[in-house]
Amino acid sequence: MSGTFVGMPAFPEAAREAVGNKTLRGNLRHATHTIRAKRAKAVAEVSDWAELREAGKRIKDHTLRHLDRYLEQLEESVTAAGGIVHWAADAAEANEIVTQLVKMTGESEVVKVKSMATQEIGLNEALEAEGIRAYETDLAELIVQLGKDRPSHILVPAIHRNRGEIRDIFSREMSEWGRPAPEGLTDTPAELAEAARLHLREKFLRAKVGISGANFMVAETGTLVVVESEGNGRMCLTLPETLISVVGIEKIVPTWRDLEVFLQTLPRSSTAERMNPYTSTWTGTTDGDGPSTFHLVLLDNGRTDTLADEVGRQALRCIRCSACLNVCPVYERAGGHAYGSVYPGPIGAILSPQLRGTGSEIDASLPYASSLCGACYEVCPVAIDIPEVLVHLRERVVQGGEVTREGNKVVLRPAKGHAAERAAMRAARWAFTHPGALRTGQRAASRTRRFHPRTLPGPGKAWSGTRDLPPVPAEPFRDWWQRTRGGKGGAE
Amino acid sequence: MNSRERILGRVRRALADVPRDAPPPVPERPGRDPQYEQAVSRDYAREHGNRSVEETVELLAENLADYRAVVHRTDAEGLAGLIAGLLEKRGSASVLVPPGLDERWLAATAVTRVTDRAESTPHELDRVDSVVTACSVAIAETGTIVLDGSPDQGRRRITLVPDHHICVVRVPGQVVSSVPQSLERLDPARPLTWISGPSATSDIELDRVEGVHGPRTLEVILVDEA
Repeated sequence: MSGTFVGMPAFPEAAREAVGNKTLRGNLRHATHTIRAKRAKAVAEVSDWAELREAGKRIKDHTLRHLDRYLEQLEESVTAAGGIVHWAADAAEANEIVTQLVKMTGESEVVKVKSMATQEIGLNEALEAEGIRAYETDLAELIVQLGKDRPSHILVPAIHRNRGEIRDIFSREMSEWGRPAPEGLTDTPAELAEAARLHLREKFLRAKVGISGANFMVAETGTLVVVESEGNGRMCLTLPETLISVVGIEKIVPTWRDLEVFLQTLPRSSTAERMNPYTSTWTGTTDGDGPSTFHLVLLDNGRTDTLADEVGRQALRCIRCSACLNVCPVYERAGGHAYGSVYPGPIGAILSPQLRGTGSEIDASLPYASSLCGACYEVCPVAIDIPEVLVHLRERVVQGGEVTREGNKVVLRPAKGHAAERAAMRAARWAFTHPGALRTGQRAASRTRRFHPRTLPGPGKAWSGTRDLPPVPAEPFRDWWQRTRGGKGGAE
Repeated sequence: MNSRERILGRVRRALADVPRDAPPPVPERPGRDPQYEQAVSRDYAREHGNRSVEETVELLAENLADYRAVVHRTDAEGLAGLIAGLLEKRGSASVLVPPGLDERWLAATAVTRVTDRAESTPHELDRVDSVVTACSVAIAETGTIVLDGSPDQGRRRITLVPDHHICVVRVPGQVVSSVPQSLERLDPARPLTWISGPSATSDIELDRVEGVHGPRTLEVILVDEA
C-alpha cells in the first residue's frame, strides 16, 4: 500500500506533537462533539437500529465468506450492463490501469469524487507523475488539496481545519488551480461553500473524465452506489464521457435489497442525517444519460491478506462511515494525521496494519493507539469489534507468528521492542505457578513498600512514563485473609 | 497468471478455514438463494410506525422541509398555476423540460421552454434558470425523492446543473413510507438519483450548510391525485 505518509514516526511521537497543538485540539473537539450528539439523535429515531446493525454485519460476513463467487458474479453483471472490469492486485497496478485509461481518452485532467480507495493507492500523485492533473471536488478534499495538506478524517478530511483557516487557504491558493476566490471572502460556511461552487463549476462543465470510488457494488445487478452530499459526486458521475471507478473488493453486497439496510445505517452513522442529500446508483452505461464508457477497477491491495486473518477479517465489513472516529477519545486528542494513513482513528488502527502489514514503525504502533474503551464498537453500524482486533494485532506484533502478505504465508518475528515486557510476563508466569515464591515475594514487596520508586528504571521507564505504578498494600491479600477470614471473626 | 486469477486465488486461500456452502441453486439470483436468506436475518422493520396514508404524506412533507426543501401542496387543477407562480417568483427566464413531461404542467407559464436534447452541452444547461420534473418514488421517513430517468424526469444532468429544481410528486400514489419499500419499487437497471433536500455539505466543522454544487433551491410539489 503506497498510501503511507512517508517518514511517519510511530503513533506515540506523532500524537505527542499533535496534542501540543491547541488549535488542532480545539477544532477536533468542536467537530467531534457536534457530530456525536447529532448521530445519537439520528440513530434514536429508528426503533430497529440493533436489528439493522445485525443485518448489516451478517450481509457483509456472508459476502466475505463467499467473496470469490460474488466477485465473479459482479464482473459478469457489470460486463453485461456495458461496463469494463479490470483487476488490480496492488496500488501500483491500479494506478497503472487508471493512468492508461485516462491516456487513452487523450485528456490531461480528470475530476474526482471523494474516494478512500484512490487516496489509499496515491492515485493523484501517480497521475501527476504522468502529466495528468486530478481535481478533487469534494469540499473537504479540495481544502486538503489546495492546502497541500494530508487528510485527517474519513468523512471530512479537513476536519482539522476551522473556518478561518479554510478561508485563508481558499483566498491564497484557489487562483493557482483555476478561478480565484471572490474578493473579500469571509469565513461564514455558506460563503466558503459558494466559493467552492464557483471555483469547481468550470471544471465540472468541461470535464471529459471522472474518477470515483463506490460505497457499494451489487453483485446481483452490477449496480454501483455513491453516497454524497454536495452534488460534486453527481457532477463527476454524469457529466464526463468516461467514468473510472476504483473500488475495494470488499465493497460488494449480494443483492439490490441489501441496500435497504445500509442506506438506513450509513447516513445516520456518518453525517447524522436521515438520508444524505444525494445518492447515485448506476448499472453499467445508459444510452443517452451519463458516461458512454464505464470502467470498474477492482482493488485488492492487502484486502485478501486481511481476509486470511480469522480475527482481523471483520475489519473488511467497514462501510467507511467514520462514526468510530467521532467517538474515539484518542482520535479526538491526537487527530487524524498521527495515524500515518488515509484511514485514521479506531478503524484505521486495525485496517492500516492489516492492509500494509506491521513492518513499519508506524504500523506496528497503531494497534496500541487505543485505550480499548470500546466506544468505537458501540457505534459501529456493522458491529466490528475493534477492541478485539486491536488486542489480536498487539499479540501479533509482540509474539510474531504466521500472517499472509501479498497472498503468501510468512512468519513474522516477535517485535524487538517488547523483550522486556516478554521477560516480565515470563517471570510473572513462573511466580504465579509457584505459590511459595509468590507469597515470599508479596511479603517482601509489602515490607519494602515505602522504598518503591514512582517510576520504573531502565527499559521499564517507557512503560511507567504513561502509567502509574500500582501501590502495594501494607499486607498481602492472602495474609490478610488468613488473619481475619474476610472480617468474619478470624484468629483475632 | 493475470491479476484476476491472482486475486480470486488469494481469496480462496484466505477462506481456507471457512466451511463452504454448496453453490446456490440459482447462481444468477443469490437474493432468492435460500442459503442467503438463512445467513442474513432480517428482523428489522419494513417501516417505522403505523401511519394512515394521509399521515405518511404529512411525514414526507415534514421531512422534506426539515432538510430545507420548499414544499407545496395542490391538486391537479391548481398544478399549472402553482408552477407558473413559482417560476415567476423565482424570476426564471427559462425552464428545462424533460422530453416526456406532462404538457399541462407548464400550460400557465410563458417562461421560455428549453427542451433537453442529447447534444445539449453542460454549458448550455448551466444557462437555464430552472428545471421541472416528475419523480419515481418519494420516501416519507427520510424525506427523499427518487428520480429514475423516465421521460418525465429526463437525464440525470438536467436536475443537477440548473440552480432551481421543481419536482412534482403524485400523492399518495408515488409515496412510500420507508427505504425498504422504495427499493421494491425501483429498477436497479435504471440510473437512479436519490435527493433529500438541496445540495449540502458538512465539511466545515461538521456542521450542515445548504448550497454547494447541486440545485440550491429544491421545491417539491405534492399534487393530490384524487
